[in-house]
Amino acid sequence: MINNINKAFESRVRLGVMSVLMVNDWMDFNSVKDLLEVTDGNLSSHITALEKLNYIEIRKEFVAKRPKTSYRVTQEGRKAFSDHLLALENLLNRLN
Amino acid sequence: MENKSHIEQLAEIRSLMERSSRFISLSGLSGIMAGTYALIGAFIARLYIKNSETYMEFIEGYSTRYVATSWSEYRIFILLGVAVATLSIVTGLLLTMRRAKKNKQNIWDKSALRMLVNLAIPLAVGGVFCTILLYQGYIGMVAPATLIFYGLSLVNGSKYTLDTIRHLGIVEIIIGLIAAVDLGNGLFYWALGFGVMHIIYGTAMWWKYERKQVGA
Repeated sequence: MINNINKAFESRVRLGVMSVLMVNDWMDFNSVKDLLEVTDGNLSSHITALEKLNYIEIRKEFVAKRPKTSYRVTQEGRKAFSDHLLALENLLNRLN
Repeated sequence: MENKSHIEQLAEIRSLMERSSRFISLSGLSGIMAGTYALIGAFIARLYIKNSETYMEFIEGYSTRYVATSWSEYRIFILLGVAVATLSIVTGLLLTMRRAKKNKQNIWDKSALRMLVNLAIPLAVGGVFCTILLYQGYIGMVAPATLIFYGLSLVNGSKYTLDTIRHLGIVEIIIGLIAAVDLGNGLFYWALGFGVMHIIYGTAMWWKYERKQVGA
């Protein structure tokens, strides 16, 4: 059970990105940044890590001639995050 | 030690999910203020009906469900309604903005927009429908219809904001339906739905979400 604790979500920022994307469909970079209160560089490095794991997908588009990047969790990411949550809960239940 | 960090993790996940999908800065005080405006409006309308020479005609109009009064006669009710709605919206915005600022929350994020769009759809339909009712002369049905559509719009918008709003919406729908059966007491149900219920639910929301912050 403890094995299900996902190392990818150990970082506070990655955990935050996944939490936000789990309950929102396509969220843009700046909205995520405002919610998590992190810097551009910090957020983008974590997002790249999540993308490499195939947990989130990226969409780039132009809105009013300005580039806008949005993110969404993939099926894989959704499953990984749910398993992680379940593992956390199980761990806590056993300890209590 | 590890146990505590897991609890913190879960708490943070929960908070982020809530904050990013729901508009939670809505102030309970704005409900109380809106209710007070509505009661004052209803009181003025009541005075007007009592003093009006067309009092009997009005009562008859309600009970027969069909009345062809001139615009000037019910213009005051429309004006009162618009005044109450405008004052309520402005006060609500100001109080909500103040609360968002205090909690360092962003008022114009995606969740606020989603809540407003979902509130606006049934509300706009209701507005058009009530105008049609007025146009067709079914004045007695206007009060029930405003309550029903307002309730529906609250239920619809509540998916993106505090749960209390959903309960308030259901109560408004029920009051509206009762008002539609018990025609002729539109003003009473209007005061009950828009006045008393806003005050009750506004107080409940304030009690539930804001009281602690004032004390702290």
